[in-house]
Parts: sequence; structure tokens; C-alpha cells
Amino acid sequence: MLGILKALKTTLQAAMRKPVTVQYPKEKKELPHRSRGLPVLLWDFDVDEPFCTGCQVCARACPVDCITVTMKDNPKKAAGKSKRKKIVEHFILDYARCMRCDICVEVCNFDAIVMNNTWEGVELATYDRQNLVLDADALLKQSRTGQLKDPFREPMGVAHSGWSPKVEEKEEAEETKVSEEGGEG
Amino acid sequence: MATTDYTIPGEPDLETIDININVGPQHPATHGVFRMVLTVDGELVTDVDPVIGYMHRGNEKLPENCDYRQVIGYHDRTDYLAQFNTEHCFVEAVEKLTGITPTERSQYIRVILAELNRITSHLMFFGAFSTDVGIFGTAFMYAFRDREYVQDFFEEITGERLMYNYFRPGGLAWDVPDNFRERCTQIIGQINSGLKDLEGLLVDNEIVLTRCRGLSRVSIEDAINWGLSGPLLRATGLEYDLRKAEPYSIYDRFQFDIPTGENGDVYDRLLVRFEEMRQSVRIVEQALADMPDGPIMAEGMKRTLRVPEGEIYMRVEGPRGEYGVYIVATGTDKPYRHKVRGASFSNLSALRAMSVGNYLSDVIIILGSIDIVLCEVDR
Repeated sequence: MLGILKALKTTLQAAMRKPVTVQYPKEKKELPHRSRGLPVLLWDFDVDEPFCTGCQVCARACPVDCITVTMKDNPKKAAGKSKRKKIVEHFILDYARCMRCDICVEVCNFDAIVMNNTWEGVELATYDRQNLVLDADALLKQSRTGQLKDPFREPMGVAHSGWSPKVEEKEEAEETKVSEEGGEG
Repeated sequence: MATTDYTIPGEPDLETIDININVGPQHPATHGVFRMVLTVDGELVTDVDPVIGYMHRGNEKLPENCDYRQVIGYHDRTDYLAQFNTEHCFVEAVEKLTGITPTERSQYIRVILAELNRITSHLMFFGAFSTDVGIFGTAFMYAFRDREYVQDFFEEITGERLMYNYFRPGGLAWDVPDNFRERCTQIIGQINSGLKDLEGLLVDNEIVLTRCRGLSRVSIEDAINWGLSGPLLRATGLEYDLRKAEPYSIYDRFQFDIPTGENGDVYDRLLVRFEEMRQSVRIVEQALADMPDGPIMAEGMKRTLRVPEGEIYMRVEGPRGEYGVYIVATGTDKPYRHKVRGASFSNLSALRAMSVGNYLSDVIIILGSIDIVLCEVDR
């Protein structure tokens, strides 16, 4: 009997409190900065092309093989507008298979792919699972239109991640070296 | 099937037979896709036939085609309520095999997260268990509210609510946010007040007391022979915790007690889990006080981690008991053999022995008190 009264007291106390839940579709909680939605590609506004060079590191590192990438020669390189020798041709990402492990972001050498930390990266319900197979244009849309304001991308600075500021500098140095030599490819 | 003859005075002789009752695989009381074929004589359960395998995804075989970083994600999915604990186990195994020493800071963060994860797992247990006992609603919601606070905290650190994929051989994927200490202290406060609520609602609850006390008593000898581990083993009175018995990571630096029960009944399992949450809070507080600054990843890590030839069995104390990983490495970037020892699987093997002779409704409580995670059972 005493137990029941004690339990009742706890229940009554709760009536005085503010609710901890949120009426989800109407009001949405703010997602944390590091929130990992599904991966999207980033757009390089400086040269008006994607960061992605199509190097396929993410495709190889993906545990569930949900990424398919092909690479082509960058036409802007020949025109002298961009430093990128190669650029992504096709980038196909199957959201239905993705397990959001963040490994593609971790291994990317060019800061080209991030996990979507907006609600658009989470609310992807659809009637046909073919709609979840996205190409490069669809993946770039968020970044290109400026919806993806502040993606989280923590540089690990270790070789294990495959990414460090050094790698990028080296890449640039290589690029400049090549351009000095006369810009082959 | 045994037939029993009951003779009721004044009634004609009735012949009764045992009947089979099928619980699951889709049944809320079985905590996942688990099926029990119960043989009942009236309301007494005379036999239990557990049927497992509905959740089998090849979680031991799949990692044999993955490199060591990719395997971590599969460990999240093995025990989906104690992801940090399972990751901890695998990462420690790889580190021991390779000879990497993780950095101090990363070890402290690992311990903090693993202990908080133990709390979330036990809160989940209390929520689910309260529905098994028959007090659906309040206790369930309270437990889940507190679990959600910690889950939000994990999301702030790792970005995911459940499948964190955060530990790496040698350290962590990335550093914790700057406000980690403040948030952690806040979370501890919320847990502490939540535990008070839960204690009032559940542990002293009349329904829980009457239904769980003295139910399915297990002796120490039986528990050892069945291979029980974790809270089930400690509820019998044996003081065995891998964090003390075989200290891994930096658990030897912390002061904490191993809560034990006396009777090994369902109520003791409840109390042991409750006390374990308090001890976890103690560990988190100590770890927070000692946590140093510094790098989060060991130096000299290669881009592709190749583990030298060898084999290892690493075990940690998960919320459900001993979670172990056995790895055979052949010098490549992929494990040659990858075996998981799930605590739930071993604990579930004692279900028949625990249940037979009890009433039908009590079997649900007994199953609930084992706290199975079907992903860990079927793997």
C-alpha cells in the first residue's frame, strides 16, 4: 500500500513539470552540429564545381558498397579556371543501403563529402526505394543552394583517417608542380 | 505430451492434456523477434522451447570481408543497446593484437561513454521490464525520458543516436565537443534525479515486489554451470565483474563496488542492475575529474591498419554480461576469423531451467529479467 502511494506521489510531481517531448512534425528539435544524416557532396563556389574529384576512396572504404563513382578529365582545368585535374563524372549513392557510418567522410582527401546535419538528411521517406538512389546533382543540391550551412567535418590530423592538412597541401603542391611543368592532363 | 487426470468431486471425470502455446516471434513481450513454444499444463509451464535465428544477419561473417575500421560499425549492430561497450571490446582487441597504446584522453572518454551506455541499456531494461510486469506507462516513459537525455548527449558527441561508430583502434574518431565536461555533469544530475523517480516507481513498487520476489531462484553453482554472466550472475551472490576480475582499459584506476544479490531471483536481478547504474555514475564522475587533455589518436597510425598475425580473445563487461570478441588476424587489413560471444545468448540458454515450473505470466517476467538483445543472440 505504501508503495502504491509512493508511486502516486512521483506521478503527481510529474504533473507540475514541463513536458520533455516535442510535437514532432509541427515543431522540430534543433539537430546538433555533428548530427549525421545521410551523406551529401559539397560544392566549391570559388570555381563553381564540386569538390569531388571522383577518386573512389569513399567507394572503396564504404562497408556496405553503397557508393559508385567515376572520374573524368576536368574541362575547367584545360581552360585554366580550376586546379583540379580530374572531376567527378557520376556519383551514385544508394541511401537505402547507407548505414551512416561516417567512414566516407573520414577517408575523403578533398573535403568533398559530409554528413548532412539538417533535417533534410533525415526525413527521406518515399514510396519507391528507387527514389533513394541519388546521383551527383541530387547530392550536390543542398550544398549548392546554400541549405547546408555549417557541415561538421572534424579533421583528425592522423594518417589513419586518410585525411590531414598535410595531404591537402601536398596535393596543391603537386598541382602547382604539374602546372609549372606545363600542365599535362 | 503428458496427460493429467483431474478429478473434481461431483463432476464427471475430465481428461486434460498439455497444450502448446506459441509466444512470438512477433510479440511485444519477447523483446524482439524471439519465439518461445511453451507447453502448459493448466497455467503451469512444463516445457519451454526457445526458437532463435529470426534476426540472423551474419554479423560474424560480414566483418571478415571488411577492414578493421569497417568492422566497428557491425559491432554497434551486434548489441544495439550497448554500442560503446561492444565497440570498446573490439577496439581493445585490435589494439592488443597490434600493440597500439591508445592515448590517455581517449581511454578516459571511452570509459565515460561506455559507462553512460551501460546506464542507457539498464534504463531500457527497466522500461521494458516494467511493461512485462504489468505496469505499462509511467515507469516505461520515465526510463525512456532519462535514456533520451543520454542519447541526445551521445548524438552531440558522435552525431548518431544509436549506431555511433566512434571508437577507433588507437583512439577516437574525433574529439568530444568543448562543453563535454559541463554537459556530462548535467547528464549525471539528470540521471541521478531520474533514478530517484524510477526507484519510487519501480523498485519499491508493490506489483514488482509481489511478482518478482522469489521468482526463478538460481543458485551460484547453477549460474556458473549455465554460463550466466553479468547482472544475472551477480544476482546469485557471486561477486564477479570483468572490470574488477580482469581489468581492461583503465578500469583499475576507479573506485567502484560490485553490487550483488542474495537469492538470485528476479527481484535481485532488478536491484543489481539498479545499483550498477549508481556505480556507473560513480565511475563517470571519477573519470571526468581525472580526464586529461591531449591527443585523441595514438601517434604513428598507418592509413590502412594491418594487424600482425595472431589471435586474441578480448572480453569486456557489457550491461548484459561478458561480451567477447575472438579475432584471428593474418597480417592483412581484414580479420580472417571474427567470432562474437554474446552475453544474451549464453544467458538465454538458461531460460528453460529458469522457467519450468512457473506460471505462464511469470515466464514473461523471467524472460524480461534476462534482458536479451536479439541482435546479440542471433548475430
